[in-house]
Amino acid sequence: MTKLPPLMAKEMQDALIQGDGLNAERLASEALAAGISPITVMEEGFVPGLKRMGELFEAGDVFLPELMMAGEAMKAAVKVLGPAIKASGGKQTVRPVIVLGTVEGDIHEIGKNIVAIMLETAGFEVVDLGMNVKADAFVKAAKEHGASIIGASALLTTTMEHQKDIVEQARAANLKAKVIVGGAPVDQAWANSIGADGYAETAKDAVDLVARLLKGGGAT
Amino acid sequence: MMPTFRVLSDDEMVQVHEASVRLLGKTGVRVEHEGARKMLLKAGATKAKGPDIIKIPETLVEECMDLAPSGITLKGRGGKREVVLEGDRVNFNPGSAAMFIRDYETYDIRPSTTEDLRRFVLLTDALEFMAMQSTALVASDVPKALGDIYRLYVVLCNSDKPVVTGAFGADGVPPMNALLMAAGQGENKAPMAIFDCCSTAPMMWGDIPVQNLLDCADLGIPAELITMPELGATSPATIAGAIVQGNAEFLSGLVMAQLRRKGAPVIYGGSATTFDMRFATPRLGSVETAMLATGLAQMGRSYKVPTHAYLALSDSKTVDAQAGLETMIGALIGVLAGINNISGPGMLSSENCQSLEKLVIDNDICGMALRLGRGVQVDAETLAEDLISQYSPGGNFLANKHTLKWFRTETFMPSAVIDRQVAKKWKDGGSKDAARRAGELAEKIIKEKPPAPLEKGMAKDLTVGLLKAAEKRAVKASELPLR
Repeated sequence: MTKLPPLMAKEMQDALIQGDGLNAERLASEALAAGISPITVMEEGFVPGLKRMGELFEAGDVFLPELMMAGEAMKAAVKVLGPAIKASGGKQTVRPVIVLGTVEGDIHEIGKNIVAIMLETAGFEVVDLGMNVKADAFVKAAKEHGASIIGASALLTTTMEHQKDIVEQARAANLKAKVIVGGAPVDQAWANSIGADGYAETAKDAVDLVARLLKGGGAT
Repeated sequence: MMPTFRVLSDDEMVQVHEASVRLLGKTGVRVEHEGARKMLLKAGATKAKGPDIIKIPETLVEECMDLAPSGITLKGRGGKREVVLEGDRVNFNPGSAAMFIRDYETYDIRPSTTEDLRRFVLLTDALEFMAMQSTALVASDVPKALGDIYRLYVVLCNSDKPVVTGAFGADGVPPMNALLMAAGQGENKAPMAIFDCCSTAPMMWGDIPVQNLLDCADLGIPAELITMPELGATSPATIAGAIVQGNAEFLSGLVMAQLRRKGAPVIYGGSATTFDMRFATPRLGSVETAMLATGLAQMGRSYKVPTHAYLALSDSKTVDAQAGLETMIGALIGVLAGINNISGPGMLSSENCQSLEKLVIDNDICGMALRLGRGVQVDAETLAEDLISQYSPGGNFLANKHTLKWFRTETFMPSAVIDRQVAKKWKDGGSKDAARRAGELAEKIIKEKPPAPLEKGMAKDLTVGLLKAAEKRAVKASELPLR
């Protein structure tokens, strides 16, 4: 199998850091044409770039718009690499999958979108279901993608009740995925009361929570 | 002259209006309410690509623009306390719907309870520059299903000022209106409350706020249409762009209200904010938030409807220098912009934590800002040429009729929160900072101020209204701390 040349890997990382989706897409295509395995391109080329952006954000050197642009560039690369990985019969990713969405009846998704990009920069695979997502759609997606975690966001006191439905349906379906919740009206006490596996107040907390849950540790 | 502050020229306002109208006509707005969509389509709006997106033509916007009343008068329970939202009048009320309260003793930010709300309402009732109450706190000791109605119940039981409130669910306005009627709204021939109805940026109206605004139109209750673009997050990063977007969202709400009932009272609300790109938090205390509010209010004035903004509040988590400076920025600019209804005092933690002691400090801030808004009166008497001549050179003006007549109105007299003593006296008094002084003053006011007495039979009517709503929402009376 052809190795990914270090120079190309560097270019891929730069494409993400600069939020240059066109370049990311072009580099991904070139690498595939050169006979490099799509999984190698993903894990050695693009994922380190996204992780680097996460570090720069943590250090206060870049801000959310730059981080989100990197996420968009990553999506452009995935558009090329995803089908190739599927065609090669390989599993799309070796990274843990997180299914995210804003609950039914709620159309506020910017918080959830920020959590998504922070998780991606921390090396997780995110399946974003968008907003106004019914409980059964969370469960279905978690099954389909072999998710480790379901994350449900709600901004309204009237819609947060649906987080409970998601927990119940996930349990009823015997999913191994853990369910975590967030959003302005949500707190730890609410998470406990509906039997969720965790609660995070900020996007950064969500990443830490996911990391902790996947290590087998419980939520605090 | 009266000092004023503007961020948009007349020509720039025309540009904003035209851009907003073009957006409504070409891109449209998402309306997640079937009845409202049908109503819009029947009136000449068209379907756009994408789910529930409706394009509103300029002609329809123009038809609806002059229908809403230019002024709104509210009367509190008993009809004694009146608030007029019109022209240059500025009225303050506490920021609403906080889930938390800053505990005065422990400084802890904890979920608020019925008792916190009751004390907050008593304090607001007594504070001179809080023209209205708001349903400021969500009581965590009450079942969530009844949260919105219960807040209003506690406010009406403990104060006779008009109220800024809002419903949490699509079915919230009718039972809350029933409570207002139980508090005598019908006899005053004026609405007793304003209901907040919030669009979702960018360019969306959820099912709940639309049902609320339609119900308000039916009932003749003022709907405060609050748009909340966040710079660079849910709107363009530019202030002008955010104003265009917020304005378009407002106009779409205005159209829905007027189609439902011509002349429905509507307030041009605004909670446009800066968005922090490091911490992903809205910044309600930033200077740009006040600039956004000013620009949006200018648009509201141009449409001849009363205006509103969330200002005079802070993102700080405690009652400190940040809380003071952010609140002052908002209050001053809000007054200079002539915004009719300013919601915010008392609020910390970006609109999610109320504080009694901050409310006391903010009352002084609002008083100072309102003083600034009155400007400088210039006439023969105030120029006082003869007086200067009489006492100059070398005299003083302390024991003089002119001074006696003018000093109380010309100079704002702050409460005990604003320290004006000499240093030794301050030390002797225990070296207390403003937050501590404000906390003590709050306790004193609450202790000494009895709630405005309920008119005969009203306590029972309010309780009946609450219990009826509770039954409908499957909440048992035993789960409610009454009054």
